[in-house]
Amino acid sequence: MNLWNDPIGLIAGWLNGLLATWGLPAWLASLVVQLIGVVVLVSVMMVVDILLVWVERKVVARFQDRLGPNRLGPFGLIQPFADIIKLLIKENITPIGADLVVYNLAPIMSLMAVLLLWAIVPLAPTIFGVDLNVGALYIIAAGAIGTLSIIMAGWASNNKYALIGAFRQVAVLVSFEVPMIATLLIPTILASSMGMNAIIQGQRVWYVLLAPMAAIIFIVAAIAELGRAPFDLNEAESEIVAGFHIEYTGMKFGLFYAGELLHAFTFGGFWAILFFGGYRFFGLEQLGPLVAAAILMAKALFGYWVIMWVRYTVMRVRIDHMLAFNWKFLTPLAFALLMLTAIVHTLLRGSPEFVYVAGMLLMNAVVAAIVAEILRGFGRRLRARADQPGRAAAPGN
Amino acid sequence: MEIGQLVFAATGLVVLGSAVVVVTTRNLVHAALWLVVTLFGVAALYAILDAGFLAIVQVVIYIGAIAILFIFAVMLTRKELRDQGAQLNRGWWLGALVAVLTFAGLALMVRGWSGFSTLPKAIPAGFDAVGALGNALVAPDAFVLPFEVASVLLLAALIGAVYIAFTRK
Amino acid sequence: MIPLSWFLLLSAALFSIGLFGVLSRRNAVAILLGVELMLNAVNINLVSFWRYGTVTTMSGQVFAIIVFAVAAAEVAVGLALVLSVYRQRNTVIAEEIDMMKW
Repeated sequence: MNLWNDPIGLIAGWLNGLLATWGLPAWLASLVVQLIGVVVLVSVMMVVDILLVWVERKVVARFQDRLGPNRLGPFGLIQPFADIIKLLIKENITPIGADLVVYNLAPIMSLMAVLLLWAIVPLAPTIFGVDLNVGALYIIAAGAIGTLSIIMAGWASNNKYALIGAFRQVAVLVSFEVPMIATLLIPTILASSMGMNAIIQGQRVWYVLLAPMAAIIFIVAAIAELGRAPFDLNEAESEIVAGFHIEYTGMKFGLFYAGELLHAFTFGGFWAILFFGGYRFFGLEQLGPLVAAAILMAKALFGYWVIMWVRYTVMRVRIDHMLAFNWKFLTPLAFALLMLTAIVHTLLRGSPEFVYVAGMLLMNAVVAAIVAEILRGFGRRLRARADQPGRAAAPGN
Repeated sequence: MEIGQLVFAATGLVVLGSAVVVVTTRNLVHAALWLVVTLFGVAALYAILDAGFLAIVQVVIYIGAIAILFIFAVMLTRKELRDQGAQLNRGWWLGALVAVLTFAGLALMVRGWSGFSTLPKAIPAGFDAVGALGNALVAPDAFVLPFEVASVLLLAALIGAVYIAFTRK
Repeated sequence: MIPLSWFLLLSAALFSIGLFGVLSRRNAVAILLGVELMLNAVNINLVSFWRYGTVTTMSGQVFAIIVFAVAAAEVAVGLALVLSVYRQRNTVIAEEIDMMKW
């Protein structure tokens, strides 16, 4: 075990030995080493978060055919630091009648929910926080904490618009968790385990080739979970100003904002782990854990770019359309895909790899064709109803 | 006191303390939020008991769905933004008496049999609790029938709740 | 090591606290909060008996999962009822909901 092959193990062992020679009992030494590991992981993630602010602003600028921040530092790299300094020196205004403990706890819990997710992300075969064997369910659990923080923020602000924004956001979040759970179960079936490491190790063929529709449904549900466009009724400036974080100023708003960006990057990372092979890249990850971590970060950035692409291209969806889309389209489709994937996986499990991949792709193509036909029929009926003379197109169906 | 017992004592204190706050606080939204703390404590207890899957399912279902449902219900059933009036009814001392008697009776029963002081046996190495649980839930000679009945119950509850709370415009 | 009786006493205490909440609170939603505490106490009991018994028999955990499902169903229907009563009678105080029809 040298520094290149197993850096975490080497450093942890050295620290443990150092603390033991200082006289600490074994359990206390290992606890301290683990706490140091947690602090290092959180710090690295927050630094990544700062860079994500820069990435977001540059990418949105390019999508909008402009340059983005280019004054501060080379390519505007110092811009996020200036943003953070600005947020830190802003005045902290607390609304009258706000419930102080809940009001201050909400942004902390929102960021905490995102950082908790990084505990199960395997950056390399030997670099991970903890290898939970129920990792896929843990993603939903951390999302539950985020949902709670949104309600806390909306209620504690003592503001009707914040409350309404929080209600709508939580309704969307809780609704879109259902297709997300169903699509999280598909890599679980294909890899026979819910653990993230096991799912990555099981991807001889990337799961995006075995279950492309599940990958699409997962990213759509993830975008809804993140509260980003086209599901961003929270930041619907023309409707409810700024949703549940109206009353938050300065660094508290910064925590919400940073948490949202890091959440998007985290779900880009999970999309990469679950469907694009994680840190695996045609054997390149055998070179060393740092190479594997770089591969995972590159794939996560690709996923984040796709999420940003959708955000700056598609218009916002109305909330009743959003919920109808979830309950009447995504959820039945996700469950149908789950059942069909399980059936095809069981039938073709023993056959040679080419037959297996072709069978799965064929099943996905058939489901996509059927869904396209249903949507075409639906669209045809809508258009026929709209074309009837003297009758306006009904918006709510 | 070894480390395991300390952790259990701390978790138990959190669970019982927040439960007491849940049933005595006047502010109902705070009561719902303290219920979240209690549920987190119970999830930690499941983790202490080596039931990791149940711990995470507890967080997902209880905190992610039921606690949020409670907070919504509290916010939608109030006339003013503040809670007013007493929150304990007139016979609350009788309720407290019944609770104390119940606890005393249960504690006496627990003390009564020496078999309750057993220490846990070690879990066999390589035992896949999640797999065994999944197997037990769908195996025909295990618990597939209660599993199916539970899903029918959830379907009935879903339809019932939607129908009861539905408002016709 | 933690003897089984500690877990049983903890769940008995949680059950009694929930029982006090159910019997003594005026607000209907607060009564349902007490019921949730009781259901959690029962779950702790079931899981500790699973752990301290035969670990390979999963009946304790299966029971706990069924209790999860029952608790979720009961909370959903209970809160829907409370909301419906609030819409009709404009109150959720249990003492004031005492007439069938007037």
